[in-house]
Order: sequence, then structure tokens, then C-alpha cells
Amino acid sequence: MARVKIPIGPQHPALKEPESFRITLSGERIVETDMRLGYNHRGVEKAAEERTYVQDVYLLERVCGICSHSHSTCFAQAVEEIAGLVVPPRAQYIRTLIAELERIHSHLLWLGVAGHEVGFDTLLMYSWRDREVVMDTLASLSGNRVNYGMNTIGGVRRDFTREQLDGLLKVMDVLEERTKYYIEVATQETTLINRLSGVGSLSHEDAVSLGAVGPTGRASSVDRDVRRDDPYAAYKDLSFKVITDTHNDVYGRTLVRVLELMESYKIIRQIVAQIPDGPVTVKAPRKIPAGEAVSRYEAPRGEDVHFVKANGTDKPERVKVRAPTLANLHSVSKMLENNNLADVPITLAAIDPCFSCTDRMIRVREVSGTKSEILSWESLRLFGIGWYLERGVDFSALNARLTRLEKK
Amino acid sequence: MKKPGKMVCEVLKASLKKPATVRYPHVKFEMPKRFRGKLKFYPERCIGCKACMRDCPSNAIKITKVGEKRFEAEIDLDKCIYCAQCVDSCPKAALEATTEYELASTDRRKLKVIFHAKPPEATDAVAPEKDTPEDSV
Amino acid sequence: MAWPLFWITVFPGFLFLCLFAWAMEYVDRKLYAKLQNRIGPPWFQPFADFVKLVSKEEIIPTEANSLMFKLMPVLALTAVLTAFMHIPLWSSKPIISFEGSVIVVVYLLTLPTLAFFLAGWSSSSLYSTIGAVRTLTQLFAYEVPLLLAVLAPALVAHTWSLGKMVEFYGAHPLLTLPNLIGFIVALVALQGKLERVPFDIPEAETEIVGGTFTEYSGRLLGLFRLAIDMEMVVGASLVAAVFLPFGFSLGPVAGFVLYLVKVLFVVFLLALLRTVTARLRIEQMVEFCWKFLAPAALFQILLSLVINRIV
Repeated sequence: MARVKIPIGPQHPALKEPESFRITLSGERIVETDMRLGYNHRGVEKAAEERTYVQDVYLLERVCGICSHSHSTCFAQAVEEIAGLVVPPRAQYIRTLIAELERIHSHLLWLGVAGHEVGFDTLLMYSWRDREVVMDTLASLSGNRVNYGMNTIGGVRRDFTREQLDGLLKVMDVLEERTKYYIEVATQETTLINRLSGVGSLSHEDAVSLGAVGPTGRASSVDRDVRRDDPYAAYKDLSFKVITDTHNDVYGRTLVRVLELMESYKIIRQIVAQIPDGPVTVKAPRKIPAGEAVSRYEAPRGEDVHFVKANGTDKPERVKVRAPTLANLHSVSKMLENNNLADVPITLAAIDPCFSCTDRMIRVREVSGTKSEILSWESLRLFGIGWYLERGVDFSALNARLTRLEKK
Repeated sequence: MKKPGKMVCEVLKASLKKPATVRYPHVKFEMPKRFRGKLKFYPERCIGCKACMRDCPSNAIKITKVGEKRFEAEIDLDKCIYCAQCVDSCPKAALEATTEYELASTDRRKLKVIFHAKPPEATDAVAPEKDTPEDSV
Repeated sequence: MAWPLFWITVFPGFLFLCLFAWAMEYVDRKLYAKLQNRIGPPWFQPFADFVKLVSKEEIIPTEANSLMFKLMPVLALTAVLTAFMHIPLWSSKPIISFEGSVIVVVYLLTLPTLAFFLAGWSSSSLYSTIGAVRTLTQLFAYEVPLLLAVLAPALVAHTWSLGKMVEFYGAHPLLTLPNLIGFIVALVALQGKLERVPFDIPEAETEIVGGTFTEYSGRLLGLFRLAIDMEMVVGASLVAAVFLPFGFSLGPVAGFVLYLVKVLFVVFLLALLRTVTARLRIEQMVEFCWKFLAPAALFQILLSLVINRIV
């Protein structure tokens, strides 16, 4: 059959955020995938260099809506390590509590999105209805449904009363019952299993060599979880299981996420029982002394890495964010081989993509061919002006007018 | 054991329960007490240290001095990210986050909210606030 | 007064079918929402959607075959309307009745599917071509079980005319019970013909944007949506007439009310099927239809032949 090149994205109903995947089809079989990233680049890392550390906590929280607490905690941990601050234990427990609540809401969201991608809108409505319980809890605990603003350099900003923490236990009971029902649906509903099994296969060797992290990797038996391997916050005092699965396909990823939900409920119950009393923050200096730190965090999607370099002023010198989706995207072309066009949306959704997290500046070193170069801020600006002038577009008049308007 | 139509019982039971969705905007929805909504400024407590301006991630608040120990605040509702860092930074608790969240507007000018300073005390009969030309006559 | 003109345009023709189709779409969407624990749309939503679509601009792509593009919604609408004329609604005398009307109705219901295919093909856009090919592949899967299931009761009644079938079953009501397997097969195959979940593969929104209807907008899309709603009513009426042939001799008013109840029941079953399943892939659907539906329909035919010998 003749080959057809079909674009999935940048705008497509299957994608919640824009990225471009150009798929070559032969009939309904996928032959080749061509990925182009960068549609959600906002210059977050550059913006972080122009703001103080206190402001940066809020900026980095808005890298992603669903894993916002992950990014702000990871950043705060890196800065606290450079400044040598010791965060009080109650603050660590509160950070862990919000982290697990975020994991619950992210996995429930994923369950709904997966249902929608295979046309099972009922699962979407039911799992998002139960997610509302978590969102209301987060709103009453932290002050907002997303972008919780709990972290500050040196601890957390709010404290919880005993009643609020005990109220959490009732919420966990409700959610546990509902999640058990979803496990039943995921393992017994024939049409759902037909769509999820055998789709998007990634063998264990490929997962290790392509660097799959989080539930995507754990469904291919890659036994890595930062919470257990490199404990941060309060995780060394808590006991939980790391869920791995041997199915190697989308069905395995579903099972890993749903079972991780059950583990999160257990963790939250332990936190409510064990949380120590004490202060929730230490005073942090405005100017962080010079130094570098790398901080890792297990976001709902996988391992999140932040690198912060301080130089003694109140603004960081360099902040680098490596989101988990960037590590998982490399596996997508491998997963899509020999699948049908109908499997593309669910395979993409199974790595739980968050393209807002992903799009940062990366320097690619060519093994052969043209060399890459890095332009400074000023030379990039002049390059842009020259590019447009070559094509006959002159912005100088518009720029002069804008400067005049601003001065008024 | 695989069976098609696993959700039939749950779905039929749910059709008899109250719906989980709400007829917003005909039915108002209240946010919990600690929700970070629109800011409120108490001009009588402000001392003009401008710590809020320094810590604001988006330059949404501006404190200007309009008289002796009297300050007014101008808040840009479209720049504010409702993080309430200014509430934490203020040493005199002059800022507070309310639970108001329906702040959309079709006119950009309405999104600049100015909290005026309180007028001077009425017992200042000896020295009026403004130097009017008649006084010098 | 020219009675046939009244029957075709007003009742039970075009106007009645329009209003009934919108009412049934409302019932279907409201049931879907209630089963998902939501509120659902208000009663005038399908009519409001139609008015909105008709008032929008029509955009016809330059590569598309303009004549076919504009003709296909009209073809689908005409075929569905003509089929409705043959179905006995509340008395055993439909507007048009002759020997062989069962086969003609099933044939006329195939025409909208061909119209969808030609619409997608003449749009010459990438997504609509894939959707068009999927429509035809799906047609090969559900058409045979649907035809066999609808013909089985006709075998027992010794007639190909829908009106005479209804009279026969009115005289021997117990003979509808062995048709139960055929009823279930016809319902599932009808869900495939109407291209609803789990068989909405040709218009899979998350995979191929809009499928056959990707390039359609404005008035033409409004007519297509109306044709799809009417197809649901006609299909449900056919299933109700063939498998639930009760109360056709109760007189016009009681018969009409019973007809509404029967169609509501069939629509409820279709909405329930839509709620509890996920969408299948095209090869899974073809496999399912040929492995399960077609043998079930053949079994029903065998059963009907045996009863035919006995009765």
C-alpha cells in the first residue's frame, strides 16, 4: 500500500499540549515516527536567572500545572543544600504529604485521560469526579487547587491543625474504595483490556537503554524509584512498596499507576500518624552563598532533576530543569513501531506526557555534520533582526513607536 | 475474568444519585476559608517598607506614599498570581487574601484596584492638610 | 387535499421526523449524562446545535469535489426519510407497503453509510480519507449480521412485507420469544450502523480529528448531524417493529403512545451500550462481528427455519 504521512500535532484532539509527531503509515500500520519538540518553550530557565530565590519558587511551580509541587520542592531542596539549611522535620512531613496528594490527583487525572483517548468517556467522568475530592482537600489545606504555593526556601509556609489531618483519613477511606473499583474495571472490562494490551510495547533492554523513568520504566521492570533509592523529604521514615510490572505495554503502565495510588494512600495514613510537632520553617538568607547542587525528586511522571548554581547574590546564576517526560519521549518512537494509527493517542498518553515540563533549551552535539553553536542573548537578538531583514520585514519603525508609547 | 460491560451496575446506580456536577453560574460555589483569592489591603497598618513589592514574583503590587505615614496600594489583578507571598512578607499584616475568585472582566482598566489611604483625622483643626492660597493672605 | 404530500412532509414525514430525531438525541444525551452522574444538556440543546451550525459559514476545501461534497448530506437525509415511510409505526399499514419492504428498508439504511464514505472520499483530506475507508470496512462487518437478524422474524412470518409481518405477530404473539437472540444481534449491529461507541471508529475524535466529517462545517454539517439523528430513530423504529410487534391493533392514539414507549426503550438500551464500553480498533471490530455476531445471527436464522417448518 502507498505510504501516507499523517501529522499528529501540534494541534490535535489527542494531545493536551502541542508537540509535533509526523507518522508515516502504510495502511493502518505505523512505519516511522518523526518527533519535533519545542512548541511549549517559554524561557523559564532564563526567567529564573532574573528573579530572586523567593520569586523563583513561584516561577518554577508554574513550570507545570499537574506536577507543580514537584518542581518547587526540587528547587527548594537544591537551594537549601547550597545554603546549608536544615529543614525542620515537620516541614519535611508536610512536603511529603502534599507530594503524595499531588501524586494521587495526577494518577487519577491520567486514568481519566487514558479512558478518553480510547473512547471510554465514562471512566473519564468517574475518575475525575473522584479527583474532585482530592482537589477540594488540597484547596482547603494549601489554598489553591493547583499551584499550591506550599514551599518556601527553608520549609513550608503553612501549618495544619490536628482536625485537618484527621479529616484526611476519611478522604483516604473514600478514595481507597473508589480506587479498588477502578482496579476491578481495569482488569475486567473487555473492551478496555483489548485496547490497552499489546499496545506500545517497550522491552526491558530498550527501556534501560532509552532511559525510561517513572511508571513508564517501572512497567518494563526497570526497578528505579527516587523515593527509595535516594530518599528526600520524609521518605526514609516511611515504608511503601515500589510497584513494577512485567507486561511491558500500556496495560502494564495502567496497572503500575493504579497500584501506586493504593501505595500513596498507605503513605498518607503513615504521615498523619507519625507527623512530629515543631516549627515549619527556618529563616533563610536572602543572598545564597556560591555553590552548586543537583536535586532529584520522584514526580508523578518519573524522576525530576534540578541543577542550581548560586553565586552569592540574591539571584541564581543558572537553573536547569530536566523533566521526566523528556526522558520518556525518546522511547515513544520505539513504542510506536508496528502499531496501528488507532494506538497512537493511547501510547502517547501512556507515558503521561507533560510538554510544559519538557521544553527547555538543550544543546545537541552533532556527531557528524554541521556544528552547533550557542548564541549569547545580544547576538541572538541581532540574529533575529537580521533574519527578518533578509526577508524584507523591518520592525524598527514599530519598535520606535512602542518605545514612545511606553515612555508616555 | 474478563466481562464486557463491567460498569453496568455502577452506572445504573449512579443514574439514581444526585449529579456530581453543579449548575454554575446559577449555583454559586464557595471556596474554602484558606483559599488565596483577591488581595485586601489595610492602609492604616502599612509602614511603607515595600517588602511586598520586593518579593512579588510578577510586580503586581505598588505602594506609593501619599502623605505623612499614609500609603496607598495599587494591585494589578491581571498580573497577580495569587501566591500570597506578599501576605507572608508583610511585617505588619497589612495584606490579606480573601476568597473572592470571580475576577474576570472585559475591561482591562477595571483590573487595576487601588486601595486608597484613609483620609486624615478630622481633629486636625489647627493645621489643615492642604496649604490653600487663602491662608497666606 | 393531497394526503400523500401531507404524510411525506409533515406527519409522519419530514417535520415529525425532525422533531422526533431531536427529541431522541436529547433523550440519548441526557441518559448518557445521568448514567455518568452528571446533569446533561437542556431539552432544546439538539435544536440549538442545529441552529448554530446552520448559521455558520460553510468552508469547502479547494481540493474537494465540490458537487459531491454538497450532495452527500442531502443523499443521506433523503435515504433515511424514504426508509421511514416503509416502517409500520402504530398500525400495521405503513405509508408505503409491499412485499419486500424489509429488504428495501435495510438497503435504504445502507445508503447513508455510502454517503458518509463518499463524503469523506471527496473531501480529499488526510483524516477524512482514513475515516472514509474505515466506514466501508465497518460496513462489511455489521451489515451481514444486521440483515440476517432482521430477516429471521420475516422467515417465521412467511412474508417479506413489514406490514404483514406485524399482522402475523399480532395474531401469534408467543412467536416473538424465540427472536430474542436476533433482537440482541440487531441492537449491537445497529450500534455499528449508527457509528456510536464501541463502534465509532470512523469518527474517532482522538485519533483522526473528525473522520469523514473533518472538512464539513456550517449547513452541510448540520444536515449530516440531522441525518445521523434521523437514522437512529429509523433504526430504532425498525427494531421495534420487527422484534417488539405488540399493540399494533389498539387503534391510533394508544398505538402511537406505545410506539413512543418502544422507541424510548430501544434508545435506552443503545445509550447504555454507549456508556459502558470503550472504542474498539477496526480489526478488533471486524473480528468481533464475524466471530460472534454473524454466527449468532445464523443460529437465529436456523431457529427461525425450524419454527417455520413447525408452524
